[in-house]
Amino acid sequence: MVESLRLRDGTRELPRWREGLRAYGLIAGMWVRSSMTYRASFVITVVGNLLVTGLDFATILLMFSRVDSLGGWSLPEVAFLYGLSATAFGISDLVLGSMDVLGTRIRDGSFDTLLVRPAPVLAQIGADHFALRRLGRITQGGLVLGYALVAVDVNWTVGKLLLVPVMLVCGAAIFGALFVAGAAFQIVAQDAAEVQNAFTYGGNTLLSYPPVVFGKDFVRGVTFMLPLAFVNWVPASYVLGRPYPLDLPPGAEFASPLVALVCCALAGLAWRAGLKSYRSTGS
Amino acid sequence: MGAGRLYAAVAAGGFRRYATYRAATLAGVFTNTVFGVVLVYTYLALWDERPHLGGYDQAEAVTYVWLGQCLYATLAIQGGGFEKDLMERIRTGDIAVDLYRPADLQLWWLASDFGRAMFQMLGRGVIPFAVGALFFKMALPTDVGSWAALLVALLLAVLVSFGIRFLAALSTFWLLDGTGVNQAMMILGIFCSGMVLPLNAFPGALGEVVRALPWAAQIQLPADVLMGKTDPLHAYAFQAAWAVALLAAGRLLQSVATRRVVVQGG
Repeated sequence: MVESLRLRDGTRELPRWREGLRAYGLIAGMWVRSSMTYRASFVITVVGNLLVTGLDFATILLMFSRVDSLGGWSLPEVAFLYGLSATAFGISDLVLGSMDVLGTRIRDGSFDTLLVRPAPVLAQIGADHFALRRLGRITQGGLVLGYALVAVDVNWTVGKLLLVPVMLVCGAAIFGALFVAGAAFQIVAQDAAEVQNAFTYGGNTLLSYPPVVFGKDFVRGVTFMLPLAFVNWVPASYVLGRPYPLDLPPGAEFASPLVALVCCALAGLAWRAGLKSYRSTGS
Repeated sequence: MGAGRLYAAVAAGGFRRYATYRAATLAGVFTNTVFGVVLVYTYLALWDERPHLGGYDQAEAVTYVWLGQCLYATLAIQGGGFEKDLMERIRTGDIAVDLYRPADLQLWWLASDFGRAMFQMLGRGVIPFAVGALFFKMALPTDVGSWAALLVALLLAVLVSFGIRFLAALSTFWLLDGTGVNQAMMILGIFCSGMVLPLNAFPGALGEVVRALPWAAQIQLPADVLMGKTDPLHAYAFQAAWAVALLAAGRLLQSVATRRVVVQGG
């Protein structure tokens, strides 16, 4: 663990991760207060966010208005996948989703300001433009998940039931790692912020559909290379009793925490490397 | 300078402005390609379950996906073209300067948006479409006539897309902040233009409604014209009717706004 030092005035200096959390809380609180100034506008944007993010599920409903199953999966089963992915993505989007302003900050030089402040840069950039309206995605994802949990035909065991919150937390961590890695990439690529969307938003869309509808090589890619499959596909296939299209080592359905941990560690390394390679625009 | 040359210069400016951000364009190409692949697989599963849904076979459904990815930025389906700039100018009061210019407001922005659309088409739209054609079985016509017919349909689609967003931008004269309108436009654009699912495949009365709305002119009709699913003249008539109606409404709203609304920031 990080050792804490005793400062001259007797107060203990916080360990670095606590310091980061504190900075994150302060900055996020500031953005929340500023958005609450215009209450009506805030309510409208929350509702709007709920509707925009709900479009993905509306698409699924539209599809199921014409068919009874997709790749052999029923509507409640697809809703289960969707609810898990959307809620997990919603959490990471709320916590770190404003990272795409990093590119702008680098271009206009205001990133330099963050570097000289006495708080971890990742916490500052994560909380930058913190937007509570993003609760919209979590809300609608949670609603769909609630429906799926009731409607899906599963013999619930304690293990399967416990997997649901585990998937949400690990899924959020995996998506969060993507956001951080994407931010590191932005330091190098600046204008190319949109590449990140292919993995975050694209990944979220992808995970809303059963793995069997995708090509084997594609599934291999998102299982072993970019392990998005551990957000929901692999553990949810186990919960639903559906065979996974690939042969996986035994216990893979419980591997999400490990995968999430590795992803976060790699993202952390990428972030440090990105930060080291940063050159100011000088403007 | 002649009026024609002026607007041509504005359009060229719009083109160049977007062409400046090369990394962003490449990133957009990549993102559209990834989304295209994901959508293709889901569509194939859907059409596998229900062949000939919406009158398309699998190859046609795949073609629809890639045309959609190609037109996504070109027609600013999700918004984010000139209208954000115009809204900002109305909000800050800079619009007063624009109104003093010896150029027509609507034509000026139309020219600029046309330049943007041209670049987005060439720089960002064509590559995902080509990638799609390379890796998936598509139903592409081999005669020049169908492609020429598509070009006309796309031109009309650009006008309709502009018409919708110009109206949205002018609403700022009364609302002062465009956030809510932009959000509504985004939802309507994605859903009603057939970005999520071909409008032909929408069920029942909902299908009837979305196919009659102006957004149908943007992806659905160009796709049908390309694949010979509809009489091109019929499609053009629908697109042109909406284009005229929207542009006329824009002109009317513009004259009301500039006559009766007090400019911000005085």
